[in-house]
Amino acid sequence: MVAELTPELVGRGFHLRHRRRRTSQPRHEEFEHPEQRVNMYRRTLHTAIVIVLVVSAAACKPRQPKVNTTPDPGTTAPVATAREESKPLPPPPTPPPSIPVEDKPVVRPVEDAVASKSLDDLNRDSLLKPAFFPLNSHDLDDQGRLIVNANADVLKKYATWTITVEGHADERGTAEYNLALGEKRANAVKTYLVSLGVSPDRLKVISYGKEFPFDPGHDESAWAKNRRAHFVITAK
Amino acid sequence: MINSNTFVHMFGWKRLAMTTLLAAAVVTGWQPLSAQQQPPIVEGEIRPGGGAAVRYAVPDFVAATPDLAETGRTLAQVLWNDLEFEREFYMIPRDTYSSIPRVAAGALPPFASWRELGADALVSGTVEKVGDLLRVDFRLYRVSDQQQVLAARYEVAARSPRVLAHRMSDEIFIKQRNLKGVARTKLAFISDRNREPLVGTVEKREVKELYISDYDGANEQRITVSRGLNLNPSWSPDANSIAYTAFGKSGPDIVVSRIYEGLLQRPAKGIGNNYLPSFSPDGTRVAFVSTRDGNMEIYVANVDGSNLRRLTNHPSYDLTPTWSPSGSQIAFTSDRSGSPQVYSINIDGLGLRLISQGEAEADRPTWSPAPFNEIAFTARRAGWYDVKIYDAAAGTSRWLTDNRSTGGSNESPAFSPTGRHLAFTSTRTGSMQIFVIGRDGRGERQITKTGNNQTPSWSPN
Repeated sequence: MVAELTPELVGRGFHLRHRRRRTSQPRHEEFEHPEQRVNMYRRTLHTAIVIVLVVSAAACKPRQPKVNTTPDPGTTAPVATAREESKPLPPPPTPPPSIPVEDKPVVRPVEDAVASKSLDDLNRDSLLKPAFFPLNSHDLDDQGRLIVNANADVLKKYATWTITVEGHADERGTAEYNLALGEKRANAVKTYLVSLGVSPDRLKVISYGKEFPFDPGHDESAWAKNRRAHFVITAK
Repeated sequence: MINSNTFVHMFGWKRLAMTTLLAAAVVTGWQPLSAQQQPPIVEGEIRPGGGAAVRYAVPDFVAATPDLAETGRTLAQVLWNDLEFEREFYMIPRDTYSSIPRVAAGALPPFASWRELGADALVSGTVEKVGDLLRVDFRLYRVSDQQQVLAARYEVAARSPRVLAHRMSDEIFIKQRNLKGVARTKLAFISDRNREPLVGTVEKREVKELYISDYDGANEQRITVSRGLNLNPSWSPDANSIAYTAFGKSGPDIVVSRIYEGLLQRPAKGIGNNYLPSFSPDGTRVAFVSTRDGNMEIYVANVDGSNLRRLTNHPSYDLTPTWSPSGSQIAFTSDRSGSPQVYSINIDGLGLRLISQGEAEADRPTWSPAPFNEIAFTARRAGWYDVKIYDAAAGTSRWLTDNRSTGGSNESPAFSPTGRHLAFTSTRTGSMQIFVIGRDGRGERQITKTGNNQTPSWSPN
């Protein structure tokens, strides 16, 4: 944390205060809000429990319905509980046998060279190609649809992947309205992916407006590259 | 002794009541000079001599010791800049009177020389060190009758003579023009200047963090260290908090940061994508954009996230809310007509009205403070953008900037707390920078210079 502060800021009163508070927080958190931290740990806990459940379910078929042992999101779990990550998890409670078994298809990860890559490597040389948009438009044209079709095929093959569709705009609109345009572009792609059979649960959209151009240039060729939906694999 | 924290809190912020100042006068405060130290103060305004405006001279403050010469120069230069900013006075260029002998505050200035120069008002000051403190005596003279109309002594920690100059400026404006100065206000803005790589992506992206600076661009300070993307700051009315859009792992959300305490709140609670917050004039609520129900709509919630209400309901996109000074209306951008345009709506969701008449595109409305009843917004012009101001009483609009002469694009306007100036983003230099300009389109100044800087918000005090 200290290294992130430029030297001239160190020593200024309120930065020290700001920083002091921050240093007591976990480093990997992007936003150090206690509530969010609790939520994050809750998610971790949830994931851990789900893994335990999947393993135990696989061991003794038929599969049992998922038991929701996560704390009620409406209640505020004490931070101390959430922090005790390293403690052994309690065994999942045995569900009552009378509940009918729900036969959901099991999504199994594909095992190939692609699947073994790390998330960062997957995104660095991504199988999911960006779709580009005409000026001031969020409609996928024929070329854009071809690209999203191919992306949909990839997502069907790697059915465990979840992705974020980022909407981007070129620099020619206002910063604020470009946030709307980015949302529209990302949503257009999401809608089309869903129409191709990709589950909306695997898709998240976000708008970066014109904040992160892929080409920093100020001409038509740069702008054309920056009006796009960019695909980020967030889990595999 | 005064440590840096106490200094910022006791002295750097005018929200501190004057009564407190007087109570703390022994250490930090403003105190009138005693009767023995000076001739009697003559109340009253300094009137223009020959010209249309009162002509002010602010020579370097006399340094009691040579090591304070630079401080004396800074005090005078910053005060000159502050007084020039409001364009209430004619500020005589400082290099035209460097040869006139300066005298310590209290000694009689060579009035004949100042009269010859055409000065109507003369600021005369002395700076000395008393222990760890800086002691500044300052006097304002009416040259015509050689009377002293204002005198004060300040003793402050030696760190920032600029803040002291700002205080003297505010003092002169309130006493001489009955005008609330903005010299101690702040600008919040977004900057990519530190060029850290963004965390959580393999793309080549750099962070955009929240910064604040003095109204004149000095004392730039980084507020967020998220190593992420932060956008669209909005000051709370008490200037203790800034709301902004913070992009985290779960998407963009509204963060309200109490910047002097390091406390964060999330009024939108991370549900959906949340952008573009705007503090209500009473400081209890935040209006923002959320996609929680599908597309972008305007919502209002208490700062702690309670009492959430949806204000707009339309299949098109509604964004950039801004509050009227009374809090009874909100102006925003919507593309419901096919292009982005500015509308206003009552806080109960009724009474929709189109503000931007005949614009190709209009975005980012910002409501002026009272007594002006204006809405500034960004409008398309000559392929790029300029700031335009809508006069709600007259129902007419006027251009504030002109990209055909400045080049680049001028957008994202934000009013000063007195409504006499606006800050905005301009790309005229080839990068994005914050500029300020008078509401009459004159007195333009570039505020930021490092990196790219965008979307200013002007602190209310």
